[in-house]
Amino acid sequence: MNIIEVKNLTKKFGKFTAVDAISFDVAKGEIFGFLGPNGAGKTTTINMLATLLPPTAGEAFINNFSVTRDLDEVRRSIGMVFQDPSLDDKLTAEENLRFHARLYGVPLSEYEKRMEEVLKLVDLFERRKEVVKHFSGGMKRRLEIARGLIHYPAVLFLDEPTLGLDPQTRAGLWDYILKLKREKQMTIFMTTHYMNEAEYCDRIGIIDKGKIVALDTPANLKRALGGDIVVVHGSKSVELEKELKKLKIKFIKENESFLIKTHEGETFLPKLLKKLKTSIDRVEMHEPTLDDVFLHLTGRAIRETEASEKEMMKAGARGRRFH
Amino acid sequence: MKFLITIYTIWQRELIRYWRDKTRIISTFIQPLMFLAIFGLGLQSTLAAGNFGVDYLKFMYPGILAMSVMGVAFFSTISTVWDREFGFLKEILVAPVSRSAIAFGKTLGATTIASIQALLLLVLAPLIGVNLNFTVVIELFGIMLLLSLAISGLGLLIASLMRTTESFGLLMQLLIFPLFFLSGAFFPLTNVPVWMEWISKANPLSYGVDALRQIMLAGEVPAQVLSKLSVFNIPVDVMFLVGFALVMIVAAVAAFRKKA
Repeated sequence: MNIIEVKNLTKKFGKFTAVDAISFDVAKGEIFGFLGPNGAGKTTTINMLATLLPPTAGEAFINNFSVTRDLDEVRRSIGMVFQDPSLDDKLTAEENLRFHARLYGVPLSEYEKRMEEVLKLVDLFERRKEVVKHFSGGMKRRLEIARGLIHYPAVLFLDEPTLGLDPQTRAGLWDYILKLKREKQMTIFMTTHYMNEAEYCDRIGIIDKGKIVALDTPANLKRALGGDIVVVHGSKSVELEKELKKLKIKFIKENESFLIKTHEGETFLPKLLKKLKTSIDRVEMHEPTLDDVFLHLTGRAIRETEASEKEMMKAGARGRRFH
Repeated sequence: MKFLITIYTIWQRELIRYWRDKTRIISTFIQPLMFLAIFGLGLQSTLAAGNFGVDYLKFMYPGILAMSVMGVAFFSTISTVWDREFGFLKEILVAPVSRSAIAFGKTLGATTIASIQALLLLVLAPLIGVNLNFTVVIELFGIMLLLSLAISGLGLLIASLMRTTESFGLLMQLLIFPLFFLSGAFFPLTNVPVWMEWISKANPLSYGVDALRQIMLAGEVPAQVLSKLSVFNIPVDVMFLVGFALVMIVAAVAAFRKKA
């Protein structure tokens, strides 16, 4: 059963098309992610699905309700965690939750029980009477997740859920999100531009410039690249480029690096190094990452800055099991 | 029912926020006190010597009450722009609730806070030498409620049209200060240049001040003197305030639904 169905959803701001006739479905119980660089159209899409922005064209159904016609029913079916914090800093955690519960029509008799349930889920039950102003960024995000759940929505929307959080907090937050999926079979729709975060998803839609350029499981997307990625770095990049072209080796150039797709990196690499006459500074080989997938599809990289990206990949690879 | 619960929830949040912000509560008391102390006491002797006819402090007091109502009502609704800028408004807008209910909740919240604040300022009456009895207090409270409603509506209307808090400074200068000072709180509007008369006649605060002053000073000051200082009679004041409040609230709800 599909919790979300999107058909040719489009959003234009004047002449600019932010979201260009995208279509996809999200099945019950899956974690579905939109992966793409900043400005790709992720937040615009999620805002349309959450009825905060009317679509220019196309349709979308959440829980079988239309986002253009059945606004209140759609809203009741969604738990939304925004990219920017949206808690009331002057209220306590409890008060924030009660406010939400009332607006969403949670029965009065259920308040206490549900508040305890969601707060315990994110380990904030002890801090429920504290004013939110004193919470850390990670705690606030956890409270927002708890808040998004209190009315038992059909799907949880997470717009860049770990943006602005340090790597440890990010990992911790994902523990809670995955717990939700395991224990509550929660359907989750999220957007991110962090590749290692996208690895947690059951399926990913890669979005660039308002269009979906690929849609599949992370494993399949990487497998589609067919093999390993060999990266060659050289300061003599002009000559390097000429030589690679002469050798009829296909590559994608990124600054001073040349990314080469190959079936068996271990055997290809020594052959390449023997053949190359131009001197190179560095060579590395790795299994394809989602960034490689994105690069291959669009010719550009998702990464923000190289340094922080490496940090995140280290944090991601060290202890986390990927789904 | 859902409509009322929404109004109540939004209303309650406004009150909790007000109550938690102790600095704000204190400062909204300090401003009227400062005006009374500085202008009131400062001009008291000078004006007593002339043909003003009434103790300046007593003259100013109702005006200061009205000013306090305006300040609090405005600030409470303008804070919607803060909500927008700091994200909480999104949380309200993504909820399955009526936009009109949200607008009413905010307006009523601001009205409640402004009225109670002004009511509390009445404790100064004995210090100023004004005698109050129960009926007078009720009548005064009625005017305060009306004025709060009117200003809250205006505030919400403006807040719905404002995108950021940056324009707030300009708003203070161009709107709030003129409304404050051309309301009859500081000097009678019965003998002023024509342009001032026109502005003050469009200013809801003038009607509030006018009504409050007439109710409060009815027993304190000779009727002739009082009528020379007053612009309209009380029923006219009340009618204007009711009309203004209705128009503002309707416009505010409409703007909120469209813009938010």
